[in-house]
This record gives sequence, C-alpha cells and structure tokens, in this order.
Amino acid sequence: MENDSSYGQVLHLPRRTPSGPRIKADQAGCPALTDIFPLHPFDPSATGFLLSLLPETTRPALWIQDRASRQENGQIYGPSLPAFGMDRPVLQVHVSHPRDVLWAMEEGAACAGLSAVIGEIHGAPAVLDFTATKRLAMRADASGVPVFLIRSGDPGGLSAARERWRVGALPSQPDPLDVQAPGKPHWDADLFRARTRRPGRWRAQYDPDAKRAADRLRLVSRTDDRALEAGDQPIPHRPRA
Amino acid sequence: MISQYRTAPGPEVAVALSRDGPHGPVIHAINQTARDRGITAEARVVDMRAIHPDLHVEEADIAGDKALLRRLEHWSRRWCPWSVLDTDDGLILDVTGSAHLFGGEAALLHDICNRFAMQGLTARLAMAPTRGGAQALARFGPQGSICTHTDLAAKLGPLPAHALRLDKATAQLLNRLGLKTIGALCDVPRTALMRRFATLPEDQNPLILLDRALGQAADPLNAPPDPLQFMARSSLPEPVIDPVPHLKSLAEDLCTQLAKAEQGARQVQLTIYRIDGEWRSVQVATARASRDPLHLLRLFDGKLDGVDPGFGFDLLTFEATRVEPVSLIQDRLDGKRDPDADIASLLDRLTARLGKDKVTWSTWSQSHKPEHVEARVPALQGAPEAPLVLPRARPIRILTPAEEVTVIYAVPEGPPSQFRWRRVLYKTTRYAGPERIAPEWWKDRPGSRLRDYYKIEVQDGRRFWLYREGHLHDRRGDTPRWFVHGFFA
Repeated sequence: MENDSSYGQVLHLPRRTPSGPRIKADQAGCPALTDIFPLHPFDPSATGFLLSLLPETTRPALWIQDRASRQENGQIYGPSLPAFGMDRPVLQVHVSHPRDVLWAMEEGAACAGLSAVIGEIHGAPAVLDFTATKRLAMRADASGVPVFLIRSGDPGGLSAARERWRVGALPSQPDPLDVQAPGKPHWDADLFRARTRRPGRWRAQYDPDAKRAADRLRLVSRTDDRALEAGDQPIPHRPRA
Repeated sequence: MISQYRTAPGPEVAVALSRDGPHGPVIHAINQTARDRGITAEARVVDMRAIHPDLHVEEADIAGDKALLRRLEHWSRRWCPWSVLDTDDGLILDVTGSAHLFGGEAALLHDICNRFAMQGLTARLAMAPTRGGAQALARFGPQGSICTHTDLAAKLGPLPAHALRLDKATAQLLNRLGLKTIGALCDVPRTALMRRFATLPEDQNPLILLDRALGQAADPLNAPPDPLQFMARSSLPEPVIDPVPHLKSLAEDLCTQLAKAEQGARQVQLTIYRIDGEWRSVQVATARASRDPLHLLRLFDGKLDGVDPGFGFDLLTFEATRVEPVSLIQDRLDGKRDPDADIASLLDRLTARLGKDKVTWSTWSQSHKPEHVEARVPALQGAPEAPLVLPRARPIRILTPAEEVTVIYAVPEGPPSQFRWRRVLYKTTRYAGPERIAPEWWKDRPGSRLRDYYKIEVQDGRRFWLYREGHLHDRRGDTPRWFVHGFFA
C-alpha cells in the first residue's frame, strides 16, 4: 500500500500472496498485530475492511468473540463471509471474559497452521493493556500469523499493534439498478498509527468483481489536495535485498 | 433386563419382556413363573395378555443386553484364556487345560455358577468336548452336566433335533419325518441324509451340525482379543497435596506404552486416590490421537486447580480411556511442522480450557430462516465444512435474537422512515427490499408470521437489516412489529 495518494486517485492495494507458515509476518506484507477501532457502535464496517485485508489461503481462521461484543455488535454470520473473499473455514470461539479472548488469541497466534487470528473485545477492559498487546504482537511476529483485534467501544489506549486503524461506514455508492437502494459499501479507513508506513486516511471499498484478486480493496485518499513534499518517497513494502 | 432404577417384581409375578415384531410387540423373554403358566416366547403380547391379564410386560433392552454380554465375555476370561459370544444369549469358554486350576471340572462349573449368581445372573451351564455339544446340552440338557468324548453321543441322544441350531424349516421337516431327537438322527444311515441335505448351507444341513457336535468336524473358537488398556500409575510413599510434580513421569510412562502398541490417546483421565478413600478424576479429550507427553500435559493446565485433594492422596493413575491406532508418520520431507497437526493441538488446548461447546465449526442446513442456516458443531466432533455461498446478499453480522425497534414514522408500503433502536433515532435515507421469507409450514408452529426483510441505510452510512413480522391483515396477530436482525458491512 502506498502511503498517501494524490487526491482522487484510486490506489490498488496489492492483495497478499499466500503466506507460508515460515514466512515472517513483516516479510509477507501483513503486519503482525493490527488494532481496528470501529468509529460507530455496532458498525460492522471494520469487519468488512478486515476481511478484505486477509491474505488468500485455504487454511482455517480463528475468530474469537467475547460476550459483550456478541451482544453489542452481533455474531459473525458465516454465510455472508464468502462475499468478502473469506473462502476458508472459520473456527469460532465464544467466551465470556476478555481475559479468555486474549488467552485464546495468544494460543492461536502461536499456531502457524492458521491463516489469521481475529479477536473482538468490547469496551476497554483492564486486561487489555499494553502488555497484553505486546505479548500478542511478539507471538504473531514469531509465527507469522496475522492477528487482528477489533476493539469496539474503546477510546484506544496504549498498544503495541504494528498498525492501528479507525474504520467507519460512509454512505454507500448508488446502486446502478435501483436509485433508492444502497449500493456497494464505502468505508472511511483512517490509519492513525503505523510502524512501517505513513499514516493516512482513505475512502475504502471492497470490489469483489475485480479481475485480479489483488485489486479487491480500493483505497481513495480523503486528505486535502496537497502537494507531496520534495523527496517524499513511498516507503517500500519489503526491505531491498 | 428390567431397569435397575426400579424395584423389580417378585418371583411370583409372571414377567415377560417384549420387543417389536412385524405385527406388533412379541414376547422376547419370560421368567420361570410365566413359563409355568404356559406363556411362550415369540408369542404376541396382546394374545398372552388376553389369556393372562395379570402378565407384567416390560420392554426389552436388546442393545443393553448385548453390551452386558460383551463385557461378560471378557470378564469370563478369569477361568480360561479363550471366550467368545454364542449367538445373543450365550458364552462359550474353552477351558481346555485350565479346569484343574479350579479343582476339577465339576468344581469349575460350580465356581462359574456362583460367580454369575453373585452378579445377579442365573447361568445354565454344561461342559462338553465340542462347542455344538456344549451349547445344546446347556440349553436343553440337565443343568451342570459334564460329558466326555466317550459319552458325548449318549448324552446328546435324547436332546431334540433343533438343539443342533437347525433353522426352523429344517427342524420342522425332520420333526415330520419322525426324526425328533439327535439320537434318532444319528441312527439314520448317513447316505440317506446325504441324499437330501448334502448340498444345503450349514444352518439347514444336519450332517454338518451333527459332525461338529460329535467332534467329527472342526469347529474352532475365534476369540476376540482383550481390549487394550493403557494406564500409568504411581504409588507415593507419603500422601501429597499437589499432583503436578508427578504428572510428567506418568505422562511419559503412558506415552511409552502407547508408542509400543502404536496407539494414540483420544481421551485421557487422571485419577487421584485420596487417603480418606475418596477419588477424584479429571478428563481431557484430543482432536486427533496423540502420544506426545508434553501436549497431553498442557491440556491439564488450569484443570487441576478445581480438584480437591482433601488431606492428600497417595496414588495417581493416568489412563488413556479412548485410544486410536497411530503409526509413526512423516508428513513432510523438509522437516517442517504439519499445519494440520498444529490446528489439532490448538483445538485440544482451546477445548480443554474453554469447554467443548465454546469452540465450534460452522455447519450449514437447508432452512428459510436466516438464523437457522448456520449451526455450530463442537470442533472436537465435527470437521470444517466448505463455506456456503448464498445467492442473495446477507448481513455480515446478525443479532440473536433479533431486537425490536420502535417505529416513529411509518410508510404504508416500505420500511419505516424513522425508527428508534437502543434509544437512538435513525432516519432512513435509502432502502432495498422487501425480500419476503415465508414461514416453514412443515416445521413452524401454525400462526407463524412471514417476514419482509429490508436493507436500510441511515444517514451516517450504517446499513441495517430490518424485518417486519407479518403484514397488517394476515389475521395472525395485531399490528406487525419491526425487528433489527443484522448489519451489513
């Protein structure tokens, strides 16, 4: 992903190549631990955005929800996941306490056979502190499994996440066949902390009809029409050999 | 077998067990009182009840009887090395060379009779040099009869011909021919029997059965092997409170036993025997057979806190209660870890700590109702299924159960233009629908209302999945209510 595009230009986010179990997370392009904060309550835009970020494999994914986020945001509905390119089985874990979510995420992050670990924690419980995120990030670094943490109803404290996003819904595109119907979803994606690239704010869209799987997530800059600074080079994906 | 949780009727009551026959229940087994009163097995229950109105009839537990008999089969190896089931109601023990250990043949039979009586079972016993002879004598001869090679023919002689286990039609045919006993059958010249029966299969062929019963044809015993048992135990010289330091050696011991037998554990049980005579056990299950001591031990993490050691315990057993054959497998040539094995061990750990119903795969079912399309199966029992692709757009998250919304401003045809949900007011800007989902008449209660689903977008872009339950004049209730059922991404 480029750091920030000029206004209005559509960027194609390269979809990740399948990450083998031994490829380190940073090399594969997926950050080790990503925090995603939904902008509005019970807004599943963050979920859709996250699903479009996932690498394409057939290995199962682990999805852990605590009771509060199940009640507040609803349960994941399996039959709708293939619409966002989630063509793999999902191992769902339902727990009642955020402590168990963190424990299960750590276990999952250490398991290289998974394609992704997604945890949901509602509110800002005391157990979800910097240490907990640091442990998760280190586990994910070691195994190479991308780990996502959806933190709804959370003002966002300290975190060791490699990338931190705020994602909310935007009014959808017009439907080409029906004037009054909502069309394809648009999301407001705000990368406000990142370790390996520059933060920015985009208008994101998932395009399931893209010819290549790599073009499915489209990001359009939402920043003002401002010239790039001299010598402002996009930060490369992987370190040059 | 009459249920053990109720008081059994006394011996003076005629009791019959019934099972399902082709034309209603038939009598499966009877007690002695019923036999004395002329009730026969295989008769229909209604007929016997008409003759004996005070007949006490219970339902037979045939599968339970079979399971009990299978356990008795292994238990009876206390007297001999080989034992095998004999049809549905018998056991055959090969006591060749082991009778002297119990003081001779008569004493052996006496011991068997007593031991069965101690379990509340009445055994009819007979001892004969052949399997066919023994089963015929036990069922039709005098109780506890013992015969040798020399008097085998003489003792079998007076028994009825169907004691040889001929099928019904052949037994009836022999009866019509006047060959009512085994002795009469032996006296007929063999060539005469051969003319009639030589080409028939064994259950219709008295020649084969007679030869086997008299020891002129081989009739070997195919005894099943003893069930495998894997248990490591450690007796401690002094009672202790904490089992953890002893677990490692126990697990290693168990895994060595499993490796020797090329088996892997699917279920492991740790039992502590307390000094006050009580015992406590903890059980864990695995997703695939494992004999890795470290993995098995990790499953017990946090589970031992709930075990009350009392004043201490001095005996620990670590037992594999369910095993599956596992041979040494090399999955990959590059020496990397097998990802499937990683996931299986992850499932074990998650399930052992969180519980079996909390860790689940999705399974799909054919249903109109969106909330019934997806069901959950425990991960240790089910296998991951391929994702389901639906023709219509469905919300990415759903609320279970659906939550009711308060409609502020309704439009006659279409979704509410303003509604309140969780105390927040939303204004509809765009909508799609309705999509009508009819109740499943073959499953739902009568009077269930249909649902009209709308995809609704509100001002800030959030997209709801609302439905109206029923419509105004469907005569199935009052004014239809509105529910929010899910959210689109």
